[in-house]
Amino acid sequence: MKDTPLSNCERDFILKAIEEKKRLDGRQTYDYRKIKITFGTDYGCCFVDLGQTRVMAQVSCELVVPKESRPNEGIMFFNLELSPMASPAFEQGRQSELSVKLNRQLERCLRNSKCIDTESLCVVSGEKVWQIRVDVHTLNNDGNLMDAASVAAIGALCHFRRPDVSIQGEEVTVYSPEERDPIPLSIYHMPISVSFAFFQQGTFLLVDPCEREERVMDGLLMIAMNKHREICSIQSSGGIMLLKEQVMRCSKIASVKVSEITELINKALLNDKTARKAGGRCGFAESIPQERITALKTDQTAVEMTDVGETASSIVQTAEAPPQTVPSPSVPVPGVGQVGEVLRNSWGLEEEEEEEEEDGGEGSGGDSVEELTKMDVEQHQEVKSRTVDVVEILDSDEEEEEVVILYPETTKKPKNTASSSGQKGAGTSRKQKKK
Amino acid sequence: MILRSGRGRCGCSSGFRDISCQATRSSVRMFSVLKERVGEILLPGDEFCCGPQDTLPLTDSGKSERLVAGPGLRRSGDRLLVSRSGVLRHKEPNKFWIESQQRRYVPAKGETVIGVVTAKSSDVFKVDIGGSEAASLSYLAFEGATKRNRPNVQVGDLLLAQLVVANKDMEPELVCIDGSGRANGMGVFGTGGLLIKVSLGLVRRLLAPRSDLRADLEQLFPCELVVGMNGRVWVRAGAVQQTLVLANLLQSCDAMTAPQRQQLFRRLQQGAF
Repeated sequence: MKDTPLSNCERDFILKAIEEKKRLDGRQTYDYRKIKITFGTDYGCCFVDLGQTRVMAQVSCELVVPKESRPNEGIMFFNLELSPMASPAFEQGRQSELSVKLNRQLERCLRNSKCIDTESLCVVSGEKVWQIRVDVHTLNNDGNLMDAASVAAIGALCHFRRPDVSIQGEEVTVYSPEERDPIPLSIYHMPISVSFAFFQQGTFLLVDPCEREERVMDGLLMIAMNKHREICSIQSSGGIMLLKEQVMRCSKIASVKVSEITELINKALLNDKTARKAGGRCGFAESIPQERITALKTDQTAVEMTDVGETASSIVQTAEAPPQTVPSPSVPVPGVGQVGEVLRNSWGLEEEEEEEEEDGGEGSGGDSVEELTKMDVEQHQEVKSRTVDVVEILDSDEEEEEVVILYPETTKKPKNTASSSGQKGAGTSRKQKKK
Repeated sequence: MILRSGRGRCGCSSGFRDISCQATRSSVRMFSVLKERVGEILLPGDEFCCGPQDTLPLTDSGKSERLVAGPGLRRSGDRLLVSRSGVLRHKEPNKFWIESQQRRYVPAKGETVIGVVTAKSSDVFKVDIGGSEAASLSYLAFEGATKRNRPNVQVGDLLLAQLVVANKDMEPELVCIDGSGRANGMGVFGTGGLLIKVSLGLVRRLLAPRSDLRADLEQLFPCELVVGMNGRVWVRAGAVQQTLVLANLLQSCDAMTAPQRQQLFRRLQQGAF
């Protein structure tokens, strides 16, 4: 489907407004739109909102055979998809010119700048290396997809954790997230691209063009830089002739913008980290203004619990009987607890710090296993006012400890407050102390 | 403030398309049922049916009343179906319609729309009006156009035109003259202004006979507005800055209630823009 055509009067008006240094939404010439960075529940998932432009990046990894020319380096693979969700002009499946151009720029910005240490991705030289794959999806196009995509890609790479691997002689063991904490990638620097749109044969320039400005522009200059003022890639398209001073000026502006955006990314990463540590609501749920998340199940995870039986039974005895409508979590055998109700599907999330890992329906048979996650010792909240089954696992060492609190509610099924890294929950017992 | 737009053919206030003004002879019961639910939010799939089995209250007269079903209400047999989500509105004596806030335009006969010319062929222009298909506009459908005297329209121009054919089976057709052959405000326009896209609800509010929104806009500064029923509005004010302010205002007061909007306008009048 084709996009609505731009009428002559719109074009003339936008150009006239630019000559008077006015932009359609009231920004100044060097202003970026509001950038919002959020992370998803999985490690490696990053959403970026640049004004109305919305983009999502997801990083995943896989063990593959390395390239023959580089036997001890990992492989990075980038893919940017222009989804028809973003604009009626994008067609599914068709590799349009814009898609090729954006893919190429993303590759140059991230791969050629060597921002990731690929040698650390090697497991067995010549046989097994990690292949890191970055998929960027455009969700809404309001101009300047390139900048949003680069921020999303680097944010997702910084957020991503790959499984831990150990080699004993010939044997390679890949640990699942529950066994050992996944490790972040080693990232040297964060290249971010800044786009400049030129109008009237290079006389006027604008930073971060919106969609209508993009349609009217003569040419585009894209500079990818990191905060150490190193230029990672420069690309000029549209065939405009630029003077040396213009390019120098653009690079100075770009360095200012890049340091601001890098600050933003770091802050967002820090927020996400603290939220995950606190077991708080973070990830996908935060970015949707909604009360309910439907149907996200996690697998059963085996958890070590040494003395849970005694603590649980003592608490069960002291606590009052729960109301009849909701079965309390039963601990038939030390080390195994049945949580949740069979065939009940209410995923209400009132005030607890939980988003995804509600395994409600796992109660069939006696095989379900309690999922334990850890919270900070400082955050013990004994909610005595309610009938609570508190199962505490206290490790002997001083590392962070996490507590699962099972609340049998009157209306809903018992919920466990799991930290958002629930899948990796039990594996975090040996987590290093984070600063 | 100069305002240009068209009126629907059926003569009632803009918002009623000819094809959907279906008068039904219904029992009084249906009328009162509808009347009760004025102001409620209805969803597609809701229906009002009344068959002969409904009992008539003794106090009502046995006369049946004509009921005019406006946009969003559709008649099917002896039932009245809701085909759009929105609030049910009523106008004396017997008009009911659903007021909704959608942005997608479905071409309907008799409406005046703003179109962008996309292509010129031998005897017809192709005009994009925001619907699923481009509409066609014949060269001869302009005031004073003859075979020798072609209208001066280029690709990319803005046009105000009226739909004469608009149904789901055929390509829509536009004309730039009214029934008597006069332009009546239609035709090419648009130098120096800005075209923005708003929701259909805002457009109807702008075109309503006694519109608060228009009254508020008049207080601000002199401007010219061309409103198309397909959700496109063209604005022009004295300076570029004022035009930009007006465009942003209209787009933001789409989603505001009346008090919020008045507050915004007041802030604007006091502050500098």
